[in-house]
Amino acid sequence: MRRHVISVLLENESGALSRVSGLFSARGYNIESLTVAATHDPTLSRMTIVTIGTDRIVEQIIKQLNKLVDVVRLTDLTEVAFIEREIMMVKVRAVDAGREELKRMTDIFRGQILDVTDSSYVIELTGDDYKLSGFLDAIGRDNIIEAVRSGATGIARGDKSLKP
Amino acid sequence: MELSGGEILIEALKEEGVEFLFGYPGGAVLHIYDALYEQNSVKHILVRHEQGATHAADGYARATGKPGVVLVTSGPGATNAVTGIATAFMDSIPMVVLSGQVQSRFIGSDAFQEVDCIGITRPCVKHNFLVDSLENFAETMKKAFHVATTGRPGPVVVDIPKDFTAPGVTVPFNYPKTVNMRSYSPAEQGHPGQIRKAVDLILSAKRPMIYSGGGVVLGNAAAQLTEFTELLGYPITQTLMGLGAFPASNKQNLGMLGMHGTYEANMAMHDCDVLIAIGARFDDRVTGEIESFCPDAKIVHVDVDPASISKNVTVDVPIVGNVTHVLDAMIALIKDTGKRADSADLAQWWATIKGWSDMNCMAYQLDDKLIKPQAVVEALWRETKGDAYICSDVGQHQMWAAQFYGFDKPRRWINSGGLGTMGFGLPAAIGVQLAFPDEVVACVTGEASVQMCIQELSTALQYSTPIKVISLNNRYMGMVRQWQEFNYDKRYSHSYMDALPDFVKLAESYGHVGMRIDKPGDVEGALKEAFAMKDRLVFMDFQTDQTENVYPMIEAGKGHHEMRLNPARELA
Repeated sequence: MRRHVISVLLENESGALSRVSGLFSARGYNIESLTVAATHDPTLSRMTIVTIGTDRIVEQIIKQLNKLVDVVRLTDLTEVAFIEREIMMVKVRAVDAGREELKRMTDIFRGQILDVTDSSYVIELTGDDYKLSGFLDAIGRDNIIEAVRSGATGIARGDKSLKP
Repeated sequence: MELSGGEILIEALKEEGVEFLFGYPGGAVLHIYDALYEQNSVKHILVRHEQGATHAADGYARATGKPGVVLVTSGPGATNAVTGIATAFMDSIPMVVLSGQVQSRFIGSDAFQEVDCIGITRPCVKHNFLVDSLENFAETMKKAFHVATTGRPGPVVVDIPKDFTAPGVTVPFNYPKTVNMRSYSPAEQGHPGQIRKAVDLILSAKRPMIYSGGGVVLGNAAAQLTEFTELLGYPITQTLMGLGAFPASNKQNLGMLGMHGTYEANMAMHDCDVLIAIGARFDDRVTGEIESFCPDAKIVHVDVDPASISKNVTVDVPIVGNVTHVLDAMIALIKDTGKRADSADLAQWWATIKGWSDMNCMAYQLDDKLIKPQAVVEALWRETKGDAYICSDVGQHQMWAAQFYGFDKPRRWINSGGLGTMGFGLPAAIGVQLAFPDEVVACVTGEASVQMCIQELSTALQYSTPIKVISLNNRYMGMVRQWQEFNYDKRYSHSYMDALPDFVKLAESYGHVGMRIDKPGDVEGALKEAFAMKDRLVFMDFQTDQTENVYPMIEAGKGHHEMRLNPARELA
C-alpha cells in the first residue's frame, strides 16, 4: 500500500466530478483527498486525487479513470519528481503565554496569522501533507478549535506538462 | 434547414440508419412523439413496459451488431429503463437511450415525473449526456452514437429536457459527419511488439489453451478466431458470452468453461501452460477461485478495453486493441514465421484432453415419465437444425440452453450474462425477430423468468413476431432451488412458484397459441407442430422434472479442477 497523487485533466462540464467520485465509491477505491478547479483554459478542469492502494489497485484506478469519457489525460505524479502543496487554515485557542508560543511556531513553519481575537488565532499554512500534519502535532491538537484543509494539489517538476 | 428539437431527433436517427425505436410515450416526450407521427423512416415499436423497450433494443443490437435505440419519458419511464441499461452495460452492448426530462427551468425543483436520470444511470452507462441547448442537440446525438458503438461498446443515455423538443422553436440543422472528442479515442491496432511477444509465447506452448469471450462476438471477429484456432490446432473454450464465435461442432472446441462449463474445458484451463484470452474479461463465474486459476500458465490477453487487463487476473502479455486487427496481425505473423508448436507435445496434450472428454460430463439420465429439460433443448436443436436465434432468460434453463444448443454461428445466442437479468428473454426475442423477420427465433425461458416481462406478449402480437417460447416449467426458481439444495440443506426458502397461471390460457388471452407438454414422448411432436406455425407466437409450457440440476458445477470457492459432476452420469 502506497500513497499516490494522481493529476487529472478533464472536461470542465457539469457532472464530470461526480463521474470521478462515483467511480471511486462504486469500485471501493480510497480517496484521501480530491481537489478540482478550472484551469487557464476554461474548458478544462484539473483535478488532484490522493489515494492509497496497492500497485495493482492504483493501476486499476488509473485505467478506470482513463476510461471515463470526460477524462482527457492523467498522470500519476508519484512516478515522477513533483511538487505537492496544500493550504490549511487552523483556528486555535490563543490565550496568555500560549499566544506568543503560537506566533513563534507559526513563524517556524512559515505560516501567517490571518485573524486575531482575544482568545484565538486563525493561522494559514501551506505545504505538503507531512508539513501540515507536523504543524498540527507541534501546536498540540488540544488547542485546535477547527482545522480546514484544501486537499493536495500537485504539479510535475521540469518542463513536462499534462496537455489535452 | 430549420428544425425543432423533436425533428432534429428524428433526422439524427435517420442519419444513423436506425430502423426501430423501442419506446413508450409520456409527458416529457410528447413533442418527440408528435414529430414521430409524421414520418415513416424510423419504425416505432410500442412496448408495454420500459424495461421491455431496453431489452428489445438490446436483443436487436446483439443479433445485428447495430446499436439498439430506446425512447422513454422522464421519471418512471427512465427508472424502468435502468435494469435494461445495466444489462446492456454489463455485456457491452451498443445502445442509445433517449429519455425525456422535465423542462430545463424546472430541473431540480422536484417537478412532476422528475428524476435525476443522469445521476441514476451514471454507474451503468458508458457515458451520458444532458442536452443543454437546442443548438448542441444534433452534435450530442452524433456523439452518443459514436461513443455507444466504438471501442468497447456500451449504452449511452441522452437526457432531453422537454423545452428543447418544442415544435415552435427551431435552429438550423446540420448533422455532423465526424466526431472529434479529445477525451475519447479507443484503441484500434494492437502494439506490434506485444503481438510479436505473444506469438513467440503462443508457439512455445506445450499445453496451450484458447479462451475466448463476448468480445469476439461484439468485435465481429469470429472468422479470425476460427482461422487462428485452426491454424494453431489448439483446444479452445468459450465463455457464456462467447458461444458461437467458434463453431460448437468443430472438434477443437471443448465447449463452455466456468461454473457450468464442461469438465474438459475447465481441466484444460487448470493444466494449461499458455493461456490465450481473447475478448474475455476473467469474470468470477469463469475463473472460479482466483487463487487456483490456471496455476501454471503464462497468459496472453487481447482486449479492446485496457481496464479489463489485469483487473482480476494478472497477465503476462497484454495486448490492447480491436480483436479483429490483433487476430489478423497474429495470424499473419504465425504464417510468416512458419513455426508451429512442437507436434509431439501438442499430440500428448490432446490425448490428455481426450481422457477428460471421455468422462462424458454432460450426460444426464432420461426418464420415461418426467420431461428432462436438457432433452427439450436437444430436441429444440434438432428441430431448428441448430440454426435458430436462441434468446434466453436467466437461471437453470439459460445454462441448459448454453450447454445443449450447439451454436455454430456468432450472434445467435442472446442472453444476459453479466447482470443476469430475469425477464430479458422475451423482449429480447422481439427485438431479434423484428431485425430478422424470416429467421427462426426461440426464447428459452422458465416459468419464473418469463413472468418478469410477460406483458411483452402484447407487443409481440401487435408487431407479429412469431417467436417460439420454450418455457421449461419446473414450478421452482430452479437455480435458486439448486443452490438451496446444495448449500442450504434443502431449505427451499421462497423459491417455489406457487399460484402459477395457466400459461396456455395466458398465451391465448394475448392472442397467441399456447401448448402444454407434460410427457417426454410428446416433446418432439409438439416442437414440430409449434415450429410449423410460422406466423404465430407459440408459448410452449413444458412441465419438466422439478429436481433436475445443472451439472457440471464449480461451487463457490472452488477451482477449475474441483468440479461437481452429475451423479446420474453413470446411469445414463
